[in-house]
Amino acid sequence: MNYPLYIRSAPTENELKFHYMVHTSLDVVDEKISAMGKALVDQRELYLGLLYPTEDYKVYGYVTNSKVKFVMVVDSSNTALRDNEIRSMFRKLHNSYTDVMCNPFYNPGDRIQSRAFDSMVTSMMIQVC
Amino acid sequence: MEAAAGGGCGSGPPLLLSEGEQQCYSELFARCAAAGAAGGGPGSGPPEAARAVPSAATAAAGPVADLFRASQLPAETLHQITELCGAKRVGYFGPTQFYIALKLIAAAQSGLPVRIESIKCELPLPRFLMSKTDAEIRFGNPTELHGTKVQIPYLITEKNTFKRMDDEDKQQETQSPTMSPLASPPSSPPHYQRVPLSHAYGKLRSNTEQMHPAPYEARQPLVQPEGPSSGAPGTKPPRHQASLIRSFSVEREPQDNNSNYPDEPWRITEEQREYYVNQFRSLQPDPSSFISGSVAKNFFTKSKLSIPELSYIWELSDADCDGALTLPEFCAAFHLIVARKNGYPLPEGLPPTLQTEYLQAAFPKPKRECALFDSYSESMPANQQPRDLNRMEKLSVKDMADFPVPTQDVTSDDKQGLKSTVDEALPKDVSEDPATSKDSNSLKARPRSRSYSSTSIEEAMKRGEDPPTPPPRPQKTHSRASSLDLNKVFQPSVPATKSGLLPPPPALPPRPCPSQISHLRVNSKRSAQRRPPTQLPNYGDFRLQKQSEQAPEAEIHPQLNRAPSQAAESSPAKKDIPYSQPPSKPIRRKFRPENPATENQDTSTAVGGPATAAAVKPHAAVQKQSSKQKKAIQTAIRKNKEANAVLARLNSELQQQLKEVHQERIALENQLEQLRPVTVL
Repeated sequence: MNYPLYIRSAPTENELKFHYMVHTSLDVVDEKISAMGKALVDQRELYLGLLYPTEDYKVYGYVTNSKVKFVMVVDSSNTALRDNEIRSMFRKLHNSYTDVMCNPFYNPGDRIQSRAFDSMVTSMMIQVC
Repeated sequence: MEAAAGGGCGSGPPLLLSEGEQQCYSELFARCAAAGAAGGGPGSGPPEAARAVPSAATAAAGPVADLFRASQLPAETLHQITELCGAKRVGYFGPTQFYIALKLIAAAQSGLPVRIESIKCELPLPRFLMSKTDAEIRFGNPTELHGTKVQIPYLITEKNTFKRMDDEDKQQETQSPTMSPLASPPSSPPHYQRVPLSHAYGKLRSNTEQMHPAPYEARQPLVQPEGPSSGAPGTKPPRHQASLIRSFSVEREPQDNNSNYPDEPWRITEEQREYYVNQFRSLQPDPSSFISGSVAKNFFTKSKLSIPELSYIWELSDADCDGALTLPEFCAAFHLIVARKNGYPLPEGLPPTLQTEYLQAAFPKPKRECALFDSYSESMPANQQPRDLNRMEKLSVKDMADFPVPTQDVTSDDKQGLKSTVDEALPKDVSEDPATSKDSNSLKARPRSRSYSSTSIEEAMKRGEDPPTPPPRPQKTHSRASSLDLNKVFQPSVPATKSGLLPPPPALPPRPCPSQISHLRVNSKRSAQRRPPTQLPNYGDFRLQKQSEQAPEAEIHPQLNRAPSQAAESSPAKKDIPYSQPPSKPIRRKFRPENPATENQDTSTAVGGPATAAAVKPHAAVQKQSSKQKKAIQTAIRKNKEANAVLARLNSELQQQLKEVHQERIALENQLEQLRPVTVL
């Protein structure tokens, strides 16, 4: 159902907390998807924006047309991150994900083990942190 | 990367380096390479580069020239040495060339003539007077003449790697002494692996080509004119054919005309290129088009590499990430697989020599004739029909040692997909049923497979190819007009011989069959003849329904024939009775109860010998038709009567229930009346 294809945290302590936040945010994503209405599926924007803010973190969501959800948790203190930067990050994630999909040896639903994907995510996280 | 020292001295022209020499030479090479900044160890090059610099670098000409000059040999001698070692030929100083050159220098310094044979002997270390102090120290030590040759580790490693390549170890072992001239520092095991690479590849090279198999054998082309090393090439061709056929692990020949030495294991040689191109063409006739992901996946999965590795190789080679492989991408992927099979760790990034632009530039598309690939061309017909895929599988079975008979699950898909469209007449067992879904997938994925002709499949089967699983029933629904349930009946397992049964005559509902049988039996009684086999189709369905699918008609025939014939024999006068009561005769259980007991008893008692179980004469067919109709009517009447009876019973039961319910209702209303205290006015 809703299991992570890929999950990564930058500072590796408290990883579980991040995992938990991501998991709970899935509900919010689902809510946003359904709230947009069935008729608007085509026009539904992929970028969902800020899902919900907590005191420490902001959670952004993005969902593809195949219902693959990308969730990003960033530190609230990182004010330098603007919306369009988040959008571009999601776009890069999406592109990398499609590259992973193009690999015939990748079975959809498997965990993503693509090194290219890893390196892209790493570079993004380094850039942000 | 130089393989360790070969086995013995004297058989071929091996270059044996003692340990001291090895260290010395590798040091020198490292220095030259480093000095020349020859790109020691490209980022994407083999990791061995990190472990032993000399192996992964080309000694730049400058430092090498300096070194040679420092040996204080006359310029002519140096020229000679350079030529002999092969640097001139390949255009650069690889480790092989360098080591040979050093050895030649040592020989020259010892006063021996500069010739290849000189290298065979144990020589003192070459002496170089160089400005670098350490060089002096090192080179000034000529006293190392260890007799110990590093044979064992190399041979062992070589064996391991050769095993991987599935070639006869013996041949390789015997060949290795002749083909492994250089001893590399024992500390670099990966280099050992490289030797088998080139050796194995050398074996794969054709006699006609006579390209030097390895840098180690760089001498050989030079030597061939001289003739000393004819033994080694001589042994190669016979093995070549066999190993070419067998070995999928074609190793690229290092440094053929390459200037970028550090990428040696990632460089595709001409022969390899040809091989890859041929394989590509077997998958995709148009070399300028591309192979779809699923096709490539099936193909590469045969290499028995793990899926993550294959996934990673794909990631490396599919540069544009479009899910399809163009020819350069395919060659790169193939090459990476080959390298991986031979023990090379996968690079972090696509080596420059494997990149699309490089491959396209280095190897123009036009293919070259290669005697090498005769074996391939035999099994790969020139017609690039989709059945090449089938042949490719056979090819892979035969030709690729590392792609042994493909695993059932992998190629069953292929084969089923390929043959499914053909083999409607060859339904297979139930186990194929789950594969049919795969078939539909594979069919969609490879529309080419639909053009398979049955002949090709049969040919393929006749060739002795062993399909891992026989093709399943291709379609669940026949194009022919036939009832679906019959398909299901036939689907589980109907031997090909029963293909005649496949289309039961649509015009004949199952029911009349028994009547036919009875009628025929009547006829047969009269004529005491067997039913023609043509009756089979009529009885096919119900017979199958009743009995196991394996039950041949013959069983039924005797039974059927037996019964009527017995009845006929026993009661010829009852011809009319059987006729009017067709259900009595057939084995059909439905009708049995309705049969007059006498008839059954007669038949059952009379069942003892098949007696006349001859086929019914064709003339019975004519009578059959009219009787068919009558039987049809009679059976219909019977059915309706039964139905009526059933319905009548049902009706009566329901009426009964209705009455009861009515009565209950009345009773309840009475109670209600009584309970109501005051009647409503």
